[in-house]
Amino acid sequence: MIETWLLWLFALTALAAAVLTVVLRHPMRVALALIAAMLALAGVYALLGVHVIAVFQVLIYVGAVMVFMVYAIMLLDVRDRSFTRRFSTLVVPGVVAAVLFIAILAHAVWHALPAAGRPALGSSALFGLQRFSVEFLAAYWLQFELVSVLLVAAVVAALAVLEVGHRLRG
Amino acid sequence: MLIATSAALFALGLLGVIIRRNVLVMLMCMELMLNGVNLALVTFAQRTGSAAGAVLVLLVFVVATAEIAIAIPIVLLLVRRKDQLDLDAYADLKG
Repeated sequence: MIETWLLWLFALTALAAAVLTVVLRHPMRVALALIAAMLALAGVYALLGVHVIAVFQVLIYVGAVMVFMVYAIMLLDVRDRSFTRRFSTLVVPGVVAAVLFIAILAHAVWHALPAAGRPALGSSALFGLQRFSVEFLAAYWLQFELVSVLLVAAVVAALAVLEVGHRLRG
Repeated sequence: MLIATSAALFALGLLGVIIRRNVLVMLMCMELMLNGVNLALVTFAQRTGSAAGAVLVLLVFVVATAEIAIAIPIVLLLVRRKDQLDLDAYADLKG
C-alpha cells in the first residue's frame, strides 16, 4: 500500500521536475531540475525492485553525466540571447507538435497494453545484483564487449575534437 | 501508469529540444528523453521478468555517457568560436 503511494509520489515528482526542466530559464536551475527528475526515477526503479538500475542511475547519470554538465555550465557562463529569450521561434509549432505526439502516443499505448495491471511491487528477488550480473555476463557478453569498443571510439572522438580545436586556434 | 509517465517524459524532452535556445539545455532535454525510454524499458523488464530490458538500460547509460562526453567538447569549441550558447547563432552551419 505504502509502496504504491511512494511509486505515485516518485513518478509525479519526476514529471514535475521534467516540466521544470523545460520551462526554467537559467541552465544551472535546469540542471538541478533534471537531477531531481533522475533521482525520482531512481526511486521508481528501486521501488520496482530493479536495484541494479537504480544504483547505476544515481552513479552514472547523477554522478557522472550531470556533474560533467554542471561543470560545463559553470565553465560557460555566457549570458547571450538564449538567456534573455529562453524559447526559440519554434515555440508554437513545437508545443502543437508535442501535444499531437502525446495524443498519438497515448492512443497507441492505450490500445496496445492489455487491461493494464498495476506493476507488481516487491516481487524483486528477480533483479538482485547476483542474478543480474550472472545473466549479463553469461548471455550478453557480446554486447558488453561492443560497449567497450563504443567507449574507446568515444574517447578517440573526444580527442579528435580537441585536436580540431587546437588546429583552429594555432 | 509508469508507461504513461515514460511517454510524458519523452515528449517533454522532445518539446524541450525543439523550443529551447540554449545548447546546454537542449542537451539536458535529450538526457530527459533517454530517461523516459529507460523508464519504459525497466517497467517492461520488470513485468516480463526478463533481464534483457535491464541490460539494455545499462547499454543506454553507456551510450548517454559517451554522447555527453563528445557533445560537451563540441559545445566548448563552438562557444570559443562565437561566444554564444544560442543555437540560432550557428545557423550558418546549415549547408
